[in-house]
Amino acid sequence: MDQPLLELRNVSREFKVGGGLGLFSRRIIKAVDAVSFSMPSKPWITALIGESGSGKTTIARMILGLLPPTSGEILYRGRKVSEWIKKNKMEYYREVQPIFQDPYSIYNPFYRVDRVLEVTIKKFKLASNRKEARDLIIKAMEDIGLRPEDLLGRYPHQLSGGERQRFMLTRILLIKPRLIVADEPISMIDVSLRAIFLDHLLSFKEKHGISCLYISHDLHTASYLADNIVILCYGRIVEEGPKNQVIEDPLHPYTKLLISSIPVPDPKRRWTDKIDLTLIESLKKFRVEKGCVFSARCPYVMEKCLSQTPQLKNISPETKIACHLYHSEK
Amino acid sequence: MLMEPILEVDNLRVYYRSVWGDYKSVDGVSFKAYRNEVLSIAGESGCGKSTLVEGILRLVKPPGYIPTGKVIFEGIDILRVPEEELRRIRWSKLAYVPQGAMNSLNPVIKVEEQMVDAIIDHGGMDKEKAKEVALLMLKEVGLPIEVADMYPHQLSGGMKQRVIIATAIALKPSLVIADEPTTALDVVVQRGILQLLRMLKENYRMTVIMVSHDMAAHAQVADRIAIMYAGKIVEVGSISQVFEDPLHPYTKGLISAIPAIGKKYVKGIPGLAPSPLNWPSGCRFHPRCQHAIELCVKVEPPMREVERERFVACHLYG
Repeated sequence: MDQPLLELRNVSREFKVGGGLGLFSRRIIKAVDAVSFSMPSKPWITALIGESGSGKTTIARMILGLLPPTSGEILYRGRKVSEWIKKNKMEYYREVQPIFQDPYSIYNPFYRVDRVLEVTIKKFKLASNRKEARDLIIKAMEDIGLRPEDLLGRYPHQLSGGERQRFMLTRILLIKPRLIVADEPISMIDVSLRAIFLDHLLSFKEKHGISCLYISHDLHTASYLADNIVILCYGRIVEEGPKNQVIEDPLHPYTKLLISSIPVPDPKRRWTDKIDLTLIESLKKFRVEKGCVFSARCPYVMEKCLSQTPQLKNISPETKIACHLYHSEK
Repeated sequence: MLMEPILEVDNLRVYYRSVWGDYKSVDGVSFKAYRNEVLSIAGESGCGKSTLVEGILRLVKPPGYIPTGKVIFEGIDILRVPEEELRRIRWSKLAYVPQGAMNSLNPVIKVEEQMVDAIIDHGGMDKEKAKEVALLMLKEVGLPIEVADMYPHQLSGGMKQRVIIATAIALKPSLVIADEPTTALDVVVQRGILQLLRMLKENYRMTVIMVSHDMAAHAQVADRIAIMYAGKIVEVGSISQVFEDPLHPYTKGLISAIPAIGKKYVKGIPGLAPSPLNWPSGCRFHPRCQHAIELCVKVEPPMREVERERFVACHLYG
């Protein structure tokens, strides 16, 4: 196998919480607990799926070098991210770019929107003169389906939400990174505009060879976009596999619960069984010390699940599961 | 089955005054909700759904005002009844779960105390009885009894939302209006909340009006659905009619834009939602409608009943 584009090896991140009086009342939360996965070097979209508090944003921040892992390694093209950033930050961000949740926050309201793109071109030295820069901007905007004559020279508040987010995509297209880390990129976009955004991510992959780590709580969009899906539950990976397998034949009880909870937009295909309301959430906010992270909510919980943490193991070449139901210990 | 209306809204308008003119957020809405049904109100953000609910509950605050309209709930003229009587009706008969309600819990008071206060305040029970009801309601919404003794910050968003619903239904109101009750919740919790709303109808024989942008959620729980666009209702029908055979071009767009697992392509509705400051002339959807003809630009289509209890406001069905 060739070198992965991105690889996480046993990555953990702990946060200290509480405190108040004295150090002893402090607790340590494992936001991310021994997470390992990788993305291939070919153009690829991995969806990292998790509910709120599953640690998905922490993973994004670590990959972007905004937060160091407590333990474990994150490698980009075989080199540690921390090294890339220490040696040549711009080189790393030339290749790995974020798309943020909030399309409004990257604009300075006092500057024309053009500035976002001009600064990008300057920083990454994408053009040698103004004329070349202008041409690049216009080309990129047209590729995204924006009309330069309508938008350039305007201020952020004069653009609609959809236009602002597509302007962000223009920025990506100028930089042409190898990897986009997109953390809930569409949660602030109106439903009718989401499809357009997702299609751009797909065409980035197909036309420009840009891979994407798509981080979301939403399996719908993941199923539309991704090549493979990684399911995160309370900081640990519980299932990983090709898109179709995870969506159509989920194995881990948590993944099963997630998928069966997605409302089908068809009044003739309503939920027939009633979900046990006492199992939809757990009062345990903090990570379990030992045992399976899902044990408090799992309908199939066994004694072993409370004492032994199930490890993520292959059950077929492409599918990995962390569940005692699928691993018989010898 | 004879359907008895519990809520009748007639030509309701809610405007907001501004220096640029009036924002006509809700601009002539009429519909009925029947006893013991789940009625959904759907539409994109900015179409006026939440403002409509505030209008119905007479919760519009200046600079907002209600230029015209009538809201009749169980025979009571909500917009004209004295404030004191309205206060008695709210919670006890007409419960409201506002958008982001889970953030409205008082952070320094324990869950049980907040529930008990609301129940005593609106239900005239003594403390013992109120406490009993509060604990029973927590159990009804599937929360462990420990929750009663906890502070809101110790709970997740979904748990807080269930506390709100438990409180809202404690006095057995006949109508519950929930505004975006599943937004910002995880998918499993969403399913729990939707099931809970359905349970209010089935187990308690309540009427539920659910306002949401999430069409798939509506498909799972609603009996009937009203589609809102640009401050108006453009289509009403049973949930199966509207999903199987949407009439209004906007409804068609909305339904084809629902993402679904296994669906090949999710198509958005081209164009942008118009501004409440300056709605388009004629049919408000005409700038985005591929079937628009000259008539649509000039004349606003009236709401027509194309078959029994099936309404659409579109010149295509004139």
